[in-house]
Amino acid sequence: MIKLENLTKIFETPSGPVTAADHVNMDVAEGEICVLLGPSGCGKTTTLKMINRLIQPTSGKIIINGKDTDAYDTVELRRTIGYVIQQIGLFPNMTVEENICVVPDLLGWDKVKSRKRAAELLETINLDPGTFLKRFPKELSGGQQQRVGVARALAADPPVMLMDEPFGAIDPINREVIQDEFLKIQKRLGKAVMFVSHDIDEAVKMAHKVAIFRGGKLEQFDSPDNVLAHPANSFIADFVGGDRTLKRLRLVTAGRALATGAPVVHAADSLDKAAGLMKEHGRETIVMVDQQGAPRGFVRLEIAQGRKGTVGEFHGALPATIGMQEDLRTAVSLMFMHDVSWLACVDADGAFRGYLTQRGITHLLGETYRPATQAAA
Amino acid sequence: MDTLIFIQENLDTLTARTIEHLAIVGVAVGLAILSGVPIGIAITQNKRVADAVLYTASMIMTIPSIALFGVLIPVLSHIGQGIGYAPAVIAVLLYSQLPIIRNTYTAITNVDPALREAARGMGMTAWQRLFRVEIPIAVPVIMAGVRMAVVINIGITAIAAYIGAGGLGTFISRGISQTDPRQLITGALAVSLLAIAADFVLLWLQGRLTPKGVRA
Repeated sequence: MIKLENLTKIFETPSGPVTAADHVNMDVAEGEICVLLGPSGCGKTTTLKMINRLIQPTSGKIIINGKDTDAYDTVELRRTIGYVIQQIGLFPNMTVEENICVVPDLLGWDKVKSRKRAAELLETINLDPGTFLKRFPKELSGGQQQRVGVARALAADPPVMLMDEPFGAIDPINREVIQDEFLKIQKRLGKAVMFVSHDIDEAVKMAHKVAIFRGGKLEQFDSPDNVLAHPANSFIADFVGGDRTLKRLRLVTAGRALATGAPVVHAADSLDKAAGLMKEHGRETIVMVDQQGAPRGFVRLEIAQGRKGTVGEFHGALPATIGMQEDLRTAVSLMFMHDVSWLACVDADGAFRGYLTQRGITHLLGETYRPATQAAA
Repeated sequence: MDTLIFIQENLDTLTARTIEHLAIVGVAVGLAILSGVPIGIAITQNKRVADAVLYTASMIMTIPSIALFGVLIPVLSHIGQGIGYAPAVIAVLLYSQLPIIRNTYTAITNVDPALREAARGMGMTAWQRLFRVEIPIAVPVIMAGVRMAVVINIGITAIAAYIGAGGLGTFISRGISQTDPRQLITGALAVSLLAIAADFVLLWLQGRLTPKGVRA
Protein backbone atom coordinates (compact mmCIF):
# COMPACT_ATOMS: atom_id res chain seq x y z
CA MET A 1 0.00 0.00 0.00
CA ILE A 2 2.68 2.48 1.06
CA LYS A 3 6.11 1.77 -0.32
CA LEU A 4 9.18 3.88 0.29
CA GLU A 5 12.13 3.41 -2.04
CA ASN A 6 15.48 4.91 -1.15
CA LEU A 7 13.71 7.88 0.37
CA THR A 8 16.29 10.51 1.27
CA LYS A 9 16.13 13.99 2.76
CA ILE A 10 19.12 16.25 3.06
CA PHE A 11 18.53 19.57 4.84
CA GLU A 12 20.85 22.42 3.93
CA THR A 13 21.74 24.17 7.16
CA PRO A 14 24.21 27.01 7.84
CA SER A 15 26.56 24.44 9.38
CA GLY A 16 26.44 22.21 6.32
CA PRO A 17 24.10 19.58 4.91
CA VAL A 18 22.33 17.29 7.39
CA THR A 19 20.95 13.96 6.27
CA ALA A 20 17.65 13.54 8.04
CA ALA A 21 16.60 10.43 6.16
CA ASP A 22 19.10 8.21 4.40
CA HIS A 23 17.88 5.80 1.72
CA VAL A 24 14.89 4.59 3.69
CA ASN A 25 13.18 1.50 2.26
CA MET A 26 10.01 0.12 3.74
CA ASP A 27 6.53 -1.00 2.85
CA VAL A 28 3.29 -1.10 4.78
CA ALA A 29 0.39 -3.22 3.56
CA GLU A 30 -3.34 -2.57 3.80
CA GLY A 31 -4.61 -3.17 7.33
CA GLU A 32 -1.15 -2.83 8.83
CA ILE A 33 0.05 -0.39 11.42
CA CYS A 34 3.70 0.48 11.09
CA VAL A 35 5.21 2.35 14.03
CA LEU A 36 8.23 4.55 13.38
CA LEU A 37 10.39 4.64 16.47
CA GLY A 38 13.62 6.23 17.52
CA PRO A 39 15.20 8.97 19.61
CA SER A 40 14.39 12.58 18.70
CA GLY A 41 16.10 13.78 15.56
CA CYS A 42 16.39 10.25 14.20
CA GLY A 43 14.42 10.96 11.02
CA LYS A 44 11.13 9.27 11.85
CA THR A 45 9.02 12.41 11.63
CA THR A 46 10.89 13.59 8.53
CA THR A 47 10.15 10.27 6.88
CA LEU A 48 6.46 10.51 7.81
CA LYS A 49 6.12 14.08 6.58
CA MET A 50 7.73 13.27 3.26
CA ILE A 51 4.84 10.94 2.53
CA ASN A 52 2.30 13.78 2.44
CA ARG A 53 5.02 16.11 1.20
CA LEU A 54 4.94 18.50 4.11
CA ILE A 55 8.65 17.90 3.62
CA GLN A 56 9.85 17.60 0.04
CA PRO A 57 12.10 14.53 -0.40
CA THR A 58 15.60 15.13 -1.79
CA SER A 59 15.50 11.85 -3.65
CA GLY A 60 13.76 8.49 -3.66
CA LYS A 61 10.23 7.37 -4.37
CA ILE A 62 7.00 7.12 -2.42
CA ILE A 63 4.53 4.72 -3.95
CA ILE A 64 0.96 4.62 -2.68
CA ASN A 65 -1.39 2.01 -4.11
CA GLY A 66 1.10 1.24 -6.85
CA LYS A 67 1.28 4.86 -8.01
CA ASP A 68 4.30 7.07 -7.67
CA THR A 69 3.12 10.08 -5.63
CA ASP A 70 5.26 12.40 -7.77
CA ALA A 71 2.48 12.04 -10.32
CA TYR A 72 -0.04 13.72 -8.00
CA ASP A 73 -0.58 17.38 -7.29
CA THR A 74 0.60 17.99 -3.71
CA VAL A 75 -2.73 19.37 -2.50
CA GLU A 76 -4.72 16.57 -4.15
CA LEU A 77 -2.34 14.00 -2.67
CA ARG A 78 -2.79 15.33 0.88
CA ARG A 79 -6.57 15.11 0.60
CA THR A 80 -6.25 11.36 0.01
CA ILE A 81 -4.09 10.82 3.09
CA GLY A 82 -5.44 11.01 6.63
CA TYR A 83 -3.22 13.09 8.89
CA VAL A 84 -3.26 13.22 12.69
CA ILE A 85 -0.79 15.25 14.72
CA GLN A 86 0.17 15.31 18.38
CA GLN A 87 -1.08 18.86 18.91
CA ILE A 88 -4.39 17.68 17.42
CA GLY A 89 -4.86 20.94 15.50
CA LEU A 90 -8.63 21.11 15.53
CA PHE A 91 -9.69 24.46 14.06
CA PRO A 92 -11.10 26.46 16.99
CA ASN A 93 -13.38 28.53 14.77
CA MET A 94 -15.21 25.46 13.52
CA THR A 95 -17.59 23.10 15.29
CA VAL A 96 -16.73 19.42 15.68
CA GLU A 97 -18.95 18.74 12.67
CA GLU A 98 -17.23 21.37 10.53
CA ASN A 99 -13.83 20.12 11.59
CA ILE A 100 -14.66 16.57 10.57
CA CYS A 101 -16.09 17.79 7.26
CA VAL A 102 -13.00 19.82 6.28
CA VAL A 103 -11.59 17.33 3.77
CA PRO A 104 -15.00 16.21 2.40
CA ASP A 105 -15.78 19.92 1.85
CA LEU A 106 -12.43 20.46 0.14
CA LEU A 107 -13.23 17.51 -2.08
CA GLY A 108 -16.60 19.07 -2.89
CA TRP A 109 -18.80 16.39 -1.33
CA ASP A 110 -22.51 16.94 -1.06
CA LYS A 111 -23.20 18.68 2.29
CA VAL A 112 -25.90 16.22 3.33
CA LYS A 113 -23.58 13.31 2.71
CA SER A 114 -20.61 14.81 4.55
CA ARG A 115 -22.75 15.83 7.56
CA LYS A 116 -24.15 12.32 7.75
CA ARG A 117 -20.63 10.99 7.59
CA ALA A 118 -19.57 13.25 10.49
CA ALA A 119 -22.35 11.84 12.67
CA GLU A 120 -21.36 8.27 11.79
CA LEU A 121 -17.73 8.96 12.61
CA LEU A 122 -18.62 10.39 16.00
CA GLU A 123 -20.46 7.14 16.75
CA THR A 124 -17.35 5.25 15.68
CA ILE A 125 -15.19 7.14 18.16
CA ASN A 126 -17.74 6.73 20.97
CA LEU A 127 -18.94 10.32 21.15
CA ASP A 128 -22.66 11.00 21.01
CA PRO A 129 -23.37 12.96 17.79
CA GLY A 130 -26.36 14.73 19.35
CA THR A 131 -24.14 16.13 22.09
CA PHE A 132 -20.92 16.78 20.25
CA LEU A 133 -21.58 17.70 16.59
CA LYS A 134 -22.29 21.36 17.32
CA ARG A 135 -19.69 21.81 20.03
CA PHE A 136 -16.48 23.74 19.57
CA PRO A 137 -13.07 22.18 20.20
CA LYS A 138 -12.49 24.25 23.35
CA GLU A 139 -15.56 22.62 24.87
CA LEU A 140 -13.98 19.15 24.65
CA SER A 141 -11.44 17.42 26.88
CA GLY A 142 -8.02 16.56 25.47
CA GLY A 143 -8.99 12.95 24.92
CA GLN A 144 -12.22 13.91 23.18
CA GLN A 145 -10.34 16.38 20.99
CA GLN A 146 -7.89 13.73 19.86
CA ARG A 147 -10.75 11.35 19.09
CA VAL A 148 -12.24 14.05 16.90
CA GLY A 149 -8.78 14.53 15.37
CA VAL A 150 -8.78 10.88 14.36
CA ALA A 151 -12.37 11.12 13.08
CA ARG A 152 -11.40 14.15 11.00
CA ALA A 153 -8.53 12.24 9.42
CA LEU A 154 -10.89 9.36 8.60
CA ALA A 155 -13.61 11.60 7.15
CA ALA A 156 -12.93 11.14 3.46
CA ASP A 157 -12.11 7.46 3.98
CA PRO A 158 -8.45 7.74 2.95
CA PRO A 159 -6.67 4.43 2.32
CA VAL A 160 -3.57 5.74 4.09
CA MET A 161 -3.27 7.33 7.53
CA LEU A 162 -0.25 9.20 8.82
CA MET A 163 -0.14 9.77 12.55
CA ASP A 164 2.54 11.87 14.20
CA GLU A 165 2.65 10.92 17.90
CA PRO A 166 -1.14 11.11 17.92
CA PHE A 167 -1.64 10.04 21.52
CA GLY A 168 1.50 11.63 22.94
CA ALA A 169 -0.22 14.53 24.67
CA ILE A 170 -2.94 12.50 26.34
CA ASP A 171 -2.79 11.33 29.94
CA PRO A 172 -1.79 7.66 30.38
CA ILE A 173 -5.24 6.36 31.30
CA ASN A 174 -7.01 8.01 28.41
CA ARG A 175 -4.15 7.06 26.11
CA GLU A 176 -4.75 3.35 26.72
CA VAL A 177 -8.46 3.80 26.07
CA ILE A 178 -7.91 5.72 22.83
CA GLN A 179 -5.28 3.26 21.66
CA ASP A 180 -7.73 0.41 22.19
CA GLU A 181 -10.48 2.29 20.39
CA PHE A 182 -8.17 3.05 17.51
CA LEU A 183 -7.11 -0.58 17.23
CA LYS A 184 -10.76 -1.59 17.10
CA ILE A 185 -11.53 0.98 14.39
CA GLN A 186 -8.44 -0.02 12.45
CA LYS A 187 -9.41 -3.69 12.60
CA ARG A 188 -12.67 -2.79 10.89
CA LEU A 189 -11.41 -0.21 8.40
CA GLY A 190 -8.10 -1.83 7.46
CA LYS A 191 -6.12 1.31 6.57
CA ALA A 192 -2.42 1.34 5.93
CA VAL A 193 -1.20 3.31 8.94
CA MET A 194 2.17 4.96 9.53
CA PHE A 195 2.51 6.02 13.10
CA VAL A 196 5.36 7.96 14.71
CA SER A 197 5.99 7.29 18.37
CA HIS A 198 8.82 7.49 20.87
CA ASP A 199 7.15 5.05 23.21
CA ILE A 200 8.29 1.46 22.77
CA ASP A 201 5.30 0.19 24.77
CA GLU A 202 2.91 1.98 22.45
CA ALA A 203 4.73 0.46 19.49
CA VAL A 204 4.53 -3.03 20.94
CA LYS A 205 0.85 -2.57 21.56
CA MET A 206 -0.15 -1.03 18.22
CA ALA A 207 2.29 -2.20 15.60
CA HIS A 208 2.31 -4.98 13.07
CA LYS A 209 5.68 -3.68 12.03
CA VAL A 210 8.20 -1.53 13.83
CA ALA A 211 10.72 0.68 12.07
CA ILE A 212 13.55 1.87 14.28
CA PHE A 213 15.55 4.87 13.10
CA ARG A 214 18.86 6.32 14.15
CA GLY A 215 20.62 9.27 12.53
CA GLY A 216 18.33 9.13 9.49
CA LYS A 217 18.97 5.45 8.87
CA LEU A 218 16.38 2.73 9.19
CA GLU A 219 18.15 0.37 11.58
CA GLN A 220 15.57 -2.37 11.82
CA PHE A 221 12.22 -2.99 10.16
CA ASP A 222 10.54 -6.04 11.59
CA SER A 223 7.65 -7.38 13.64
CA PRO A 224 7.52 -6.08 17.22
CA ASP A 225 8.24 -9.55 18.55
CA ASN A 226 11.33 -9.91 16.40
CA VAL A 227 12.59 -6.45 17.32
CA LEU A 228 12.23 -7.33 21.00
CA ALA A 229 13.56 -10.88 20.73
CA HIS A 230 16.25 -10.26 18.14
CA PRO A 231 17.38 -6.63 18.14
CA ALA A 232 19.60 -6.12 15.08
CA ASN A 233 22.33 -4.33 17.01
CA SER A 234 23.28 -3.00 20.42
CA PHE A 235 21.66 0.38 19.74
CA ILE A 236 18.29 -1.25 19.20
CA ALA A 237 18.79 -3.57 22.18
CA ASP A 238 19.42 -0.49 24.34
CA PHE A 239 16.55 1.40 22.79
CA VAL A 240 13.94 -1.29 23.38
CA GLY A 241 15.25 -1.71 26.91
CA GLY A 242 16.78 -4.36 29.16
CA ASP A 243 13.31 -5.64 29.97
CA ARG A 244 12.56 -6.30 26.32
CA THR A 245 11.57 -9.91 26.87
CA LEU A 246 9.03 -8.78 29.45
CA LYS A 247 7.62 -6.43 26.83
CA ARG A 248 7.00 -9.42 24.61
CA LEU A 249 4.47 -10.65 27.17
CA ARG A 250 2.15 -8.13 25.68
CA LEU A 251 2.43 -9.57 22.20
CA VAL A 252 1.42 -13.12 23.06
CA THR A 253 -2.07 -14.23 24.02
CA ALA A 254 -2.66 -16.66 26.85
CA GLY A 255 -4.14 -19.14 24.38
CA ARG A 256 -0.78 -19.60 22.68
CA ALA A 257 1.04 -20.66 25.85
CA LEU A 258 -1.47 -23.30 26.93
CA ALA A 259 -0.42 -26.85 27.74
CA THR A 260 -2.39 -29.19 25.47
CA GLY A 261 -4.50 -32.13 26.60
CA ALA A 262 -5.56 -30.59 29.88
CA PRO A 263 -7.31 -33.03 32.23
CA VAL A 264 -10.40 -31.92 34.19
CA VAL A 265 -12.72 -33.48 36.77
CA HIS A 266 -16.37 -32.94 37.65
CA ALA A 267 -17.91 -32.35 41.08
CA ALA A 268 -19.33 -35.89 41.19
CA ASP A 269 -15.98 -37.57 40.37
CA SER A 270 -14.20 -39.42 43.17
CA LEU A 271 -10.99 -38.11 44.68
CA ASP A 272 -9.34 -41.33 43.56
CA LYS A 273 -10.09 -40.53 39.95
CA ALA A 274 -8.75 -36.99 40.41
CA ALA A 275 -5.53 -38.25 42.00
CA GLY A 276 -5.11 -40.75 39.19
CA LEU A 277 -5.51 -38.11 36.51
CA MET A 278 -3.04 -35.80 38.22
CA LYS A 279 -0.42 -38.52 38.46
CA GLU A 280 -0.99 -39.51 34.87
CA HIS A 281 -0.38 -35.91 33.70
CA GLY A 282 2.30 -35.15 36.26
CA ARG A 283 0.26 -32.36 37.86
CA GLU A 284 -0.10 -31.18 41.45
CA THR A 285 -3.56 -29.71 40.89
CA ILE A 286 -6.58 -30.33 38.70
CA VAL A 287 -9.48 -28.09 37.67
CA MET A 288 -13.08 -28.99 38.40
CA VAL A 289 -15.58 -27.96 35.71
CA ASP A 290 -19.38 -27.80 35.71
CA GLN A 291 -21.78 -29.25 33.10
CA GLN A 292 -21.15 -26.31 30.77
CA GLY A 293 -17.40 -26.83 31.00
CA ALA A 294 -16.80 -23.67 33.07
CA PRO A 295 -14.10 -23.98 35.75
CA ARG A 296 -15.61 -24.06 39.25
CA GLY A 297 -12.64 -24.84 41.43
CA PHE A 298 -9.61 -27.10 41.79
CA VAL A 299 -8.31 -29.98 43.89
CA ARG A 300 -4.75 -30.50 45.16
CA LEU A 301 -2.98 -33.82 44.78
CA GLU A 302 -2.07 -33.96 48.49
CA ILE A 303 -5.75 -33.61 49.41
CA ALA A 304 -7.07 -36.09 46.84
CA GLN A 305 -4.47 -38.76 47.62
CA GLY A 306 -5.68 -41.55 49.92
CA ARG A 307 -8.89 -39.82 50.85
CA LYS A 308 -12.45 -40.97 50.22
CA GLY A 309 -15.09 -38.66 48.84
CA THR A 310 -15.94 -36.59 45.77
CA VAL A 311 -14.18 -33.70 44.16
CA GLY A 312 -17.19 -31.55 44.92
CA GLU A 313 -16.65 -31.93 48.66
CA PHE A 314 -12.94 -31.17 48.72
CA HIS A 315 -12.35 -28.55 45.99
CA GLY A 316 -10.86 -25.13 46.59
CA ALA A 317 -11.84 -21.90 44.88
CA LEU A 318 -9.88 -20.64 41.85
CA PRO A 319 -8.23 -17.31 42.64
CA ALA A 320 -8.59 -16.07 39.05
CA THR A 321 -9.11 -17.16 35.47
CA ILE A 322 -7.62 -15.74 32.28
CA GLY A 323 -9.24 -15.34 28.87
CA MET A 324 -7.69 -16.96 25.79
CA GLN A 325 -7.37 -13.56 24.07
CA GLU A 326 -5.82 -11.75 27.00
CA ASP A 327 -2.10 -11.13 26.80
CA LEU A 328 0.54 -12.81 28.91
CA ARG A 329 1.29 -9.57 30.69
CA THR A 330 -2.14 -9.66 32.26
CA ALA A 331 -1.70 -13.36 33.00
CA VAL A 332 1.65 -12.94 34.74
CA SER A 333 0.31 -10.00 36.68
CA LEU A 334 -2.61 -12.15 37.92
CA MET A 335 -0.21 -14.92 38.90
CA PHE A 336 1.91 -12.54 40.95
CA MET A 337 -1.13 -10.93 42.47
CA HIS A 338 -2.58 -14.24 43.69
CA ASP A 339 0.78 -15.91 44.30
CA VAL A 340 0.01 -18.88 42.06
CA SER A 341 2.07 -20.64 39.40
CA TRP A 342 -0.81 -21.42 37.07
CA LEU A 343 -4.15 -20.05 35.92
CA ALA A 344 -7.22 -21.69 34.44
CA CYS A 345 -7.68 -20.36 30.94
CA VAL A 346 -11.21 -19.85 29.61
CA ASP A 347 -12.61 -19.07 26.17
CA ALA A 348 -15.11 -16.35 25.28
CA ASP A 349 -18.01 -18.55 26.48
CA GLY A 350 -16.36 -19.09 29.85
CA ALA A 351 -15.49 -22.76 29.15
CA PHE A 352 -12.20 -24.14 30.51
CA ARG A 353 -9.57 -24.50 27.79
CA GLY A 354 -6.38 -25.40 29.59
CA TYR A 355 -3.73 -24.58 32.18
CA LEU A 356 -1.54 -21.54 31.72
CA THR A 357 1.61 -22.16 33.73
CA GLN A 358 4.66 -20.03 34.43
CA ARG A 359 6.72 -22.83 32.92
CA GLY A 360 4.61 -22.76 29.78
CA ILE A 361 5.13 -19.02 29.42
CA THR A 362 8.87 -19.25 29.97
CA HIS A 363 9.06 -22.03 27.42
CA LEU A 364 7.10 -20.13 24.78
CA LEU A 365 9.06 -16.90 25.19
CA GLY A 366 12.34 -18.80 25.25
CA GLU A 367 11.61 -20.64 22.01
CA THR A 368 12.90 -17.85 19.83
CA TYR A 369 16.27 -17.76 21.63
CA ARG A 370 17.02 -21.48 21.26
CA PRO A 371 19.07 -22.54 18.24
CA ALA A 372 16.92 -24.17 15.55
CA THR A 373 18.35 -27.65 16.05
CA GLN A 374 17.63 -27.65 19.77
CA ALA A 375 14.12 -26.34 19.23
CA ALA A 376 13.42 -29.19 16.85
CA ALA A 377 14.70 -31.77 19.33
CA MET B 1 -25.03 75.70 32.28
CA ASP B 2 -24.11 78.09 29.50
CA THR B 3 -22.65 75.16 27.62
CA LEU B 4 -25.85 73.16 27.94
CA ILE B 5 -27.89 76.04 26.60
CA PHE B 6 -25.39 76.43 23.77
CA ILE B 7 -25.73 72.75 22.91
CA GLN B 8 -29.49 72.95 23.01
CA GLU B 9 -29.55 75.97 20.71
CA ASN B 10 -27.03 74.49 18.29
CA LEU B 11 -28.20 70.90 18.17
CA ASP B 12 -28.58 70.96 14.37
CA THR B 13 -25.04 72.22 13.86
CA LEU B 14 -23.72 69.71 16.37
CA THR B 15 -25.40 66.87 14.52
CA ALA B 16 -24.09 68.09 11.18
CA ARG B 17 -20.55 68.41 12.54
CA THR B 18 -20.74 64.95 14.09
CA ILE B 19 -21.77 63.50 10.74
CA GLU B 20 -18.88 65.33 9.03
CA HIS B 21 -16.54 63.99 11.67
CA LEU B 22 -17.76 60.45 11.22
CA ALA B 23 -17.60 60.77 7.44
CA ILE B 24 -13.89 61.55 7.65
CA VAL B 25 -13.02 58.85 10.21
CA GLY B 26 -15.38 56.24 8.76
CA VAL B 27 -14.22 56.57 5.16
CA ALA B 28 -10.55 56.82 6.12
CA VAL B 29 -10.57 53.86 8.51
CA GLY B 30 -12.67 51.89 6.04
CA LEU B 31 -10.01 52.46 3.39
CA ALA B 32 -7.33 51.71 5.99
CA ILE B 33 -8.92 48.31 6.67
CA LEU B 34 -9.01 47.57 2.95
CA SER B 35 -5.31 48.40 2.65
CA GLY B 36 -3.93 47.56 6.10
CA VAL B 37 -5.37 44.06 6.52
CA PRO B 38 -4.00 42.76 3.19
CA ILE B 39 -0.65 44.45 3.90
CA GLY B 40 -0.58 42.91 7.39
CA ILE B 41 -1.29 39.47 5.91
CA ALA B 42 1.18 39.89 3.03
CA ILE B 43 4.09 40.83 5.27
CA THR B 44 3.75 37.61 7.29
CA GLN B 45 5.57 35.95 4.38
CA ASN B 46 8.83 37.78 4.99
CA LYS B 47 10.25 38.91 8.31
CA ARG B 48 12.50 41.61 6.83
CA VAL B 49 9.74 43.16 4.76
CA ALA B 50 7.49 42.99 7.82
CA ASP B 51 10.03 44.85 9.95
CA ALA B 52 10.46 47.53 7.29
CA VAL B 53 6.72 48.03 6.83
CA LEU B 54 5.99 48.18 10.56
CA TYR B 55 8.89 50.58 11.06
CA THR B 56 7.55 52.88 8.33
CA ALA B 57 4.04 52.76 9.79
CA SER B 58 5.45 53.65 13.21
CA MET B 59 7.36 56.58 11.68
CA ILE B 60 4.13 57.92 10.16
CA MET B 61 2.54 57.68 13.60
CA THR B 62 5.22 59.97 15.06
CA ILE B 63 4.53 62.83 12.64
CA PRO B 64 2.49 65.47 14.49
CA SER B 65 -0.92 65.68 12.86
CA ILE B 66 -0.77 69.39 12.32
CA ALA B 67 2.55 68.94 10.48
CA LEU B 68 1.14 66.13 8.33
CA PHE B 69 -1.79 68.35 7.32
CA GLY B 70 0.75 71.05 6.50
CA VAL B 71 2.69 68.67 4.27
CA LEU B 72 -0.45 67.41 2.51
CA ILE B 73 -1.74 70.86 1.60
CA PRO B 74 0.92 71.72 -1.07
CA VAL B 75 0.97 68.15 -2.37
CA LEU B 76 -2.79 67.93 -2.83
CA SER B 77 -3.01 71.47 -4.19
CA HIS B 78 -1.80 70.06 -7.49
CA ILE B 79 -5.18 68.39 -7.91
CA GLY B 80 -7.07 71.24 -6.33
CA GLN B 81 -7.76 69.37 -3.07
CA GLY B 82 -5.22 71.14 -0.82
CA ILE B 83 -7.63 71.86 2.00
CA GLY B 84 -10.82 70.29 3.28
CA TYR B 85 -12.00 66.71 3.16
CA ALA B 86 -9.30 65.02 1.05
CA PRO B 87 -6.20 65.82 3.16
CA ALA B 88 -8.11 64.93 6.33
CA VAL B 89 -9.10 61.53 4.98
CA ILE B 90 -5.59 60.84 3.72
CA ALA B 91 -4.01 61.79 7.04
CA VAL B 92 -6.41 59.59 8.99
CA LEU B 93 -5.83 56.79 6.50
CA LEU B 94 -2.08 57.04 7.13
CA TYR B 95 -2.44 57.17 10.91
CA SER B 96 -4.71 54.11 10.86
CA GLN B 97 -2.14 51.94 9.13
CA LEU B 98 0.00 51.14 12.15
CA PRO B 99 -2.64 49.71 14.49
CA ILE B 100 -4.36 47.81 11.70
CA ILE B 101 -1.23 46.43 9.99
CA ARG B 102 0.46 45.60 13.26
CA ASN B 103 -2.53 43.84 14.77
CA THR B 104 -3.22 41.89 11.57
CA TYR B 105 0.42 40.86 11.32
CA THR B 106 0.58 39.84 14.99
CA ALA B 107 -2.72 37.96 14.83
CA ILE B 108 -1.76 35.97 11.74
CA THR B 109 1.76 35.16 12.92
CA ASN B 110 0.38 34.06 16.29
CA VAL B 111 -1.95 31.47 14.79
CA ASP B 112 -0.87 28.17 16.35
CA PRO B 113 1.65 26.52 13.98
CA ALA B 114 -0.09 23.19 14.68
CA LEU B 115 -3.25 24.56 13.03
CA ARG B 116 -1.26 25.64 10.02
CA GLU B 117 0.36 22.23 9.79
CA ALA B 118 -2.96 20.43 10.18
CA ALA B 119 -4.49 22.63 7.49
CA ARG B 120 -1.58 22.03 5.15
CA GLY B 121 -1.47 18.32 5.85
CA MET B 122 -5.18 17.99 5.13
CA GLY B 123 -4.78 19.51 1.71
CA MET B 124 -5.83 23.14 2.06
CA THR B 125 -4.29 25.57 -0.41
CA ALA B 126 -2.64 28.70 0.98
CA TRP B 127 -5.80 30.75 0.25
CA GLN B 128 -8.11 28.21 1.83
CA ARG B 129 -5.90 28.20 4.89
CA LEU B 130 -6.05 31.98 5.05
CA PHE B 131 -9.80 32.36 4.65
CA ARG B 132 -11.00 29.26 6.50
CA VAL B 133 -8.58 29.18 9.40
CA GLU B 134 -6.17 32.07 9.83
CA ILE B 135 -8.42 35.10 9.27
CA PRO B 136 -11.37 33.78 11.33
CA ILE B 137 -9.00 33.14 14.22
CA ALA B 138 -7.32 36.53 13.77
CA VAL B 139 -10.58 38.52 13.69
CA PRO B 140 -10.68 39.62 17.36
CA VAL B 141 -7.11 40.96 17.26
CA ILE B 142 -7.60 42.65 13.87
CA MET B 143 -10.79 44.25 15.19
CA ALA B 144 -8.94 45.47 18.28
CA GLY B 145 -6.56 47.27 15.87
CA VAL B 146 -9.50 48.81 14.01
CA ARG B 147 -10.98 50.05 17.27
CA MET B 148 -7.70 51.58 18.28
CA ALA B 149 -7.42 53.27 14.87
CA VAL B 150 -10.93 54.68 15.15
CA VAL B 151 -10.46 56.03 18.67
CA ILE B 152 -7.09 57.63 17.93
CA ASN B 153 -8.35 59.18 14.73
CA ILE B 154 -11.55 60.62 16.15
CA GLY B 155 -9.13 62.73 18.20
CA ILE B 156 -6.86 63.51 15.27
CA THR B 157 -9.79 64.47 13.04
CA ALA B 158 -10.66 67.22 15.52
CA ILE B 159 -7.45 68.97 14.42
CA ALA B 160 -8.49 68.65 10.76
CA ALA B 161 -10.85 71.56 11.39
CA TYR B 162 -7.79 73.80 10.96
CA ILE B 163 -7.45 72.76 7.31
CA GLY B 164 -11.12 73.31 6.67
CA ALA B 165 -12.27 69.73 6.89
CA GLY B 166 -15.13 70.55 9.22
CA GLY B 167 -16.17 68.12 11.89
CA LEU B 168 -16.40 68.59 15.64
CA GLY B 169 -12.97 70.23 15.70
CA THR B 170 -14.67 73.36 14.33
CA PHE B 171 -16.23 73.97 17.75
CA ILE B 172 -12.85 73.65 19.39
CA SER B 173 -10.96 75.89 16.98
CA ARG B 174 -13.68 78.57 17.17
CA GLY B 175 -13.81 78.21 20.94
CA ILE B 176 -10.10 78.96 21.06
CA SER B 177 -10.10 81.81 18.57
CA GLN B 178 -13.20 83.44 20.02
CA THR B 179 -12.25 82.62 23.62
CA ASP B 180 -15.63 80.97 23.95
CA PRO B 181 -15.52 78.19 26.56
CA ARG B 182 -19.03 77.04 25.58
CA GLN B 183 -17.93 76.06 22.07
CA LEU B 184 -14.64 74.66 23.32
CA ILE B 185 -16.29 72.42 25.90
CA THR B 186 -19.03 71.36 23.50
CA GLY B 187 -16.42 70.29 20.92
CA ALA B 188 -14.19 68.51 23.42
CA LEU B 189 -17.12 66.73 25.04
CA ALA B 190 -18.58 65.67 21.70
CA VAL B 191 -15.23 64.29 20.48
CA SER B 192 -14.77 62.27 23.67
CA LEU B 193 -18.29 60.92 23.67
CA LEU B 194 -18.02 60.05 19.99
CA ALA B 195 -14.80 58.12 20.63
CA ILE B 196 -16.34 56.22 23.52
CA ALA B 197 -19.51 55.46 21.58
CA ALA B 198 -17.57 54.34 18.49
CA ASP B 199 -15.41 52.06 20.59
CA PHE B 200 -18.50 50.59 22.16
CA VAL B 201 -20.21 49.95 18.83
CA LEU B 202 -17.03 48.40 17.40
CA LEU B 203 -16.63 46.20 20.46
CA TRP B 204 -20.11 44.87 19.83
CA LEU B 205 -19.25 44.35 16.16
CA GLN B 206 -16.04 42.58 17.15
CA GLY B 207 -18.08 40.16 19.24
CA ARG B 208 -20.42 39.51 16.32
CA LEU B 209 -17.59 38.95 13.84
CA THR B 210 -15.56 36.66 16.10
CA PRO B 211 -16.37 32.98 15.42
CA LYS B 212 -18.14 31.44 18.39
CA GLY B 213 -15.45 28.86 19.04
CA VAL B 214 -12.74 31.53 19.27
CA ARG B 215 -14.58 33.82 21.71
CA ALA B 216 -13.05 33.94 25.15
